[in-house]
Amino acid sequence: MHATSIISIRGLVKSFPIGGGRFTALNGIDLTFGKGDFAGLVGPSGSGKTTLLNIIGSLDSPTNGSAVVLGQSIGSLSHRQAARLRNEHLGFIFQTYNLLPVYTVFENVEFPLLLLKMPAAQRSKAVMDALDAVGLTDKARSRPAQLSGGESQRVAIARAMVKSPEIVLADEPTANLDAKNSHHILQTMVKLNTAFKTTFIFASHDEKVIGYLRRRITLNDGKVVGDEPVEHPRHMAGIAPTTTGGAP
Amino acid sequence: MIAPRLATRNLAGAGLRTWLNVIVLSMVYVVIIWQQGLLEGWNRQALRDMIAWEIGGGQYRHPQYDPYDVFTLESSHAPVPAALAGNSPEQAAAPILLAGATIYPQGRMQSVILRGIAPDQTVLSLPTSDLQADIPEIPVLIGTRMAESAGLRWGDEVAIRWRDANGAFDAAEARVVRIFKSSVSTVDQGLIWLPLERLQTMLGMPGEATIIVAGEASKEADPLPGWLFRDQAYLTRDLADMIRMKEAGGYILYVLLLSLALLAIFDTQVLAIFRRRREIGMLMALGMTRGAVIRLFTFEGALHGVLAAIVAALYGIPLLSLQAVRGIAVPAAVDSFGLAIAERVFPVYSAGLVAGTTLIVLLAVTIVSFLPARRIAKLNPTDAIRGKLS
Repeated sequence: MHATSIISIRGLVKSFPIGGGRFTALNGIDLTFGKGDFAGLVGPSGSGKTTLLNIIGSLDSPTNGSAVVLGQSIGSLSHRQAARLRNEHLGFIFQTYNLLPVYTVFENVEFPLLLLKMPAAQRSKAVMDALDAVGLTDKARSRPAQLSGGESQRVAIARAMVKSPEIVLADEPTANLDAKNSHHILQTMVKLNTAFKTTFIFASHDEKVIGYLRRRITLNDGKVVGDEPVEHPRHMAGIAPTTTGGAP
Repeated sequence: MIAPRLATRNLAGAGLRTWLNVIVLSMVYVVIIWQQGLLEGWNRQALRDMIAWEIGGGQYRHPQYDPYDVFTLESSHAPVPAALAGNSPEQAAAPILLAGATIYPQGRMQSVILRGIAPDQTVLSLPTSDLQADIPEIPVLIGTRMAESAGLRWGDEVAIRWRDANGAFDAAEARVVRIFKSSVSTVDQGLIWLPLERLQTMLGMPGEATIIVAGEASKEADPLPGWLFRDQAYLTRDLADMIRMKEAGGYILYVLLLSLALLAIFDTQVLAIFRRRREIGMLMALGMTRGAVIRLFTFEGALHGVLAAIVAALYGIPLLSLQAVRGIAVPAAVDSFGLAIAERVFPVYSAGLVAGTTLIVLLAVTIVSFLPARRIAKLNPTDAIRGKLS
């Protein structure tokens, strides 16, 4: 158990109706995450990584057991409460970036702050700080269609980080990127984790991601089959994060 | 203010698809307003002309007179009351004596109704002053429809045969002194107008009339013993019924046009929700509630209506204003509908018509946008993010 536990999962079961029966995606998961964790859910396709990430992110709810995130039990939240939790405390990074195509880079990053009803001046500064942190201030006026895959994912990271969330959930964040961009992205996330003690939880089976994790949780057939700290993650072993960028 | 901003951007981003919808919807605004304005203009013109040419401020009728039964003419006449003999605006009235007769144009025989009217009357728009012509024949006025059906032209002579009060037949030559044009067919078809005193003499009914058209100024008609007063509302009942029938037909077109445009909006919304389900999932992941996403999509759809109203105003106001001033030429065949219609109809666009149409279209567009947007409430965010529909 971590001293400052922010996510506590006990006996978590998630099953889905499929055909005439039910498919159990998660079966008796017990996990705890602390503030500042840089952890990853790893395992083969269908092992339950994304399902677990979605439940932690209050995008889905458990069938049985409990998942308590920042003191709120996910299973008992209403749609509105879950939306508020995501809005105020969680950041998401997806494989397909999911940027709003009609907005500029600046406006995409600004969007979560609009939902938080942050004043305009404060919003503008936070957006530019977040873009600075991912090295994209020069692309602020660009549209998503004008960006490369790596740049798009960095915008998604800025969007996830701009509201200074306690937890960032990243589902296969490097799946659509080449090796160089993947490392750049991961280094950016390590830097933000180190600077702001933001908890990062990944769902990935990409070796490049796994190489950066400080905690590796292995899932197989909906069960945790391994949960171990990594003594010498890649960024600790030579690819140190840069110090560019300010606080988002 | 997220929804308006995002909706505006999404519509701008959709480019041609948005403009196609907006242009189609703007046409619906303009065509509905034009069509309703045309009907209103037509109705007002028909009513105005009917009052000016036929019914004035109402009619006193002999109790036995039945306008739909020509055989009642023989017994439906009486002396004109002295109260209506004056010439002041309040007293202005036009006594008309009616009688059945036969004319023989170009060797043919044709039944007509003779209508005697004072040449100096000012109540009706008929050009009766021409009846003062000093000629040996009976001076008569006919309308263009009558002239066409009888093959008569200005200056033609025609024999008229009638039966007087005693039942004796008599005949005389008449000369067409004027062919007038009126949109009111009931003062034209099958009618021959001649001087009242001449007809009274011909029939042996001095000082008598069948109907007395009251002046427009005499709003409150005094009861006259031995006469039935029919006010404007009574006399325009048939016209009002026809207007209602026309309006019902107009509403069918209204609903059809609106339905077509709404179908396009509905289709666009359904496609947008299907195409943008990842975006919907992302908006939810960012913390937007389902209600807020539904409002966003509904607002986007409704914005089509607002943009269409603006576009419609841009080209519709000059176009419709020009038509309201110049009028619209009406084919002669329309006259056979039986409704008074002028050669040019001037559409009337009231503020109520424009505001009402705009509100109805906007409301309908909003409802049609909301219906598919409700589906978002059933979307599972995790499926939406992955591009699946649940």
